[in-house]
Formats: sequence, C-alpha cells, structure tokens
Amino acid sequence: MKLSDFVVRQSILTDLKGATKDAAIRGMVESLAAVGSIKPLDQEGIIAAILKREELGSTGIGKGVAVPHTKHPSVDKLVATIALSRTGVEFASLDGDKVQILFLLVSPPDRPGDHLRALENISRHLRNDNFCNFLKQAQTPQAVIELLEEADNNQLG
Amino acid sequence: MNSNPTCTREVIVKLENGLHIRPVSQIVKVAQKFSCELAIRKGDRTVDGKSILDLMSLAAEQGASLLLEGRGDDAAQAVEAIAALFERDFASDRPE
Repeated sequence: MKLSDFVVRQSILTDLKGATKDAAIRGMVESLAAVGSIKPLDQEGIIAAILKREELGSTGIGKGVAVPHTKHPSVDKLVATIALSRTGVEFASLDGDKVQILFLLVSPPDRPGDHLRALENISRHLRNDNFCNFLKQAQTPQAVIELLEEADNNQLG
Repeated sequence: MNSNPTCTREVIVKLENGLHIRPVSQIVKVAQKFSCELAIRKGDRTVDGKSILDLMSLAAEQGASLLLEGRGDDAAQAVEAIAALFERDFASDRPE
C-alpha cells in the first residue's frame, strides 16, 4: 500500500484554518466531501464519529502529528486526506504539543487490515525526519503530492 | 557483557482490529513509566516500545506474535505491565 493509493490528492489542505480539534476535523472532512470522496449527506455523521473516537483517547501521537480517523459504512474503500496547520491545532496530544500535520482516515468497517496498513505506511514515513520536515514546509497541495510520490518511491533518504 | 537485567516475554495480539493507535498509545503510556529500554519484536523487525510511530509501523494484526524485550533495572516490571495489557486485551476500566 502506498500513500498515493489512499490519500485523495485534490482534498489536501496546506493552510488548515481553525485552532481546535473540532474545527480541524470539520475542515478536513468538508474537504473530502467537496471533492466527492465522501457523500455530502454523510459528512456530519463522519465528523461526529471521528470526534467520538477522539473521546476514547487523542490521536495526537506526538511530534506534531495527529491521525484522526473512523470507520464508516458510507465508504467502500479507505480514503484519507492530509492537512497542514501553520499555527498548530490543540489536539490534547500525548506529548502536549500542538499538531501541524494531520492525516484523516475514513475506512470501511469490514476492512480493519486496510486501516492497519495505512497506519503502518503513514508511521513508516513519519519516522523519517526528512519526510516530516519537508511536509511541514510544503506550501502548496502540489508540493505535498510530490513529496508523497517521493516517499512512495523511497527517494527521501 | 551487559550487566543490565533483561526480561523477555512473548505476547499475542488478540484485538480484532490489530494493534491500532489506541492500544499502541496505551503501550507507550505504560512503557514510559519505566526507565528500562523496551524493544518489541515482530518477526525480524525490532522497534522501540516507547515510540508510537515505531509501534504503529509494525502493523501487528490479530494473531500476530510479538516479543517484548526489556533491558534495565525495572525490565521485569515493565515487561510484566505491558504483557498485562495484552492479556486483558487492552480493556481498561480507568483512564490511563
């Protein structure tokens, strides 16, 4: 599985507005809905499900990264988007720091393996400091897309 | 030779959804309470048991066998505490 297999390119946000968890998640889900990856009718249900998941424990995993996610029956394959926040989002992260990099995932309920493999893929790249630093510096969705392709092709060293 | 005490224990992932973010976070929270090094091995890969990203990158599915390896003064207690999480299937009736 590659990042470009499940990250919806047109939905990437490089200047996410909103300093709160609620606003950040809403912005990202709306972006997926705007490009048709999730149905507009399902948008509110997906936002609510992701926020409910956050109540079980923050997906702010440290190093300025959060991976909000949910299973939802409205998708038949895993879809994800990436958002970058310039000012940082309060996410109740494990290390207490604000997050600048967000990966949001919506996966079909019957495919737990896909969710695990997407997490494996995201975490493997995030362990690479080059990837994290270049991602934080990306100013445009196109720059993020190029970085994802380089990461997928193991060109980041 | 290293004089630090070491302790190893094999555990099995019973979680239906595998070792996803929530159980990984629980492992790290518990592991960070101990001063010892804690490595977790799956097959030929060994990662830092105190790093969420490392543990997520294992993609340990239901049924996967993991080897906990503690090294340091409180290694036995740390391995015991982490193994207990697996044994109770990460159920918790109190906030970590």
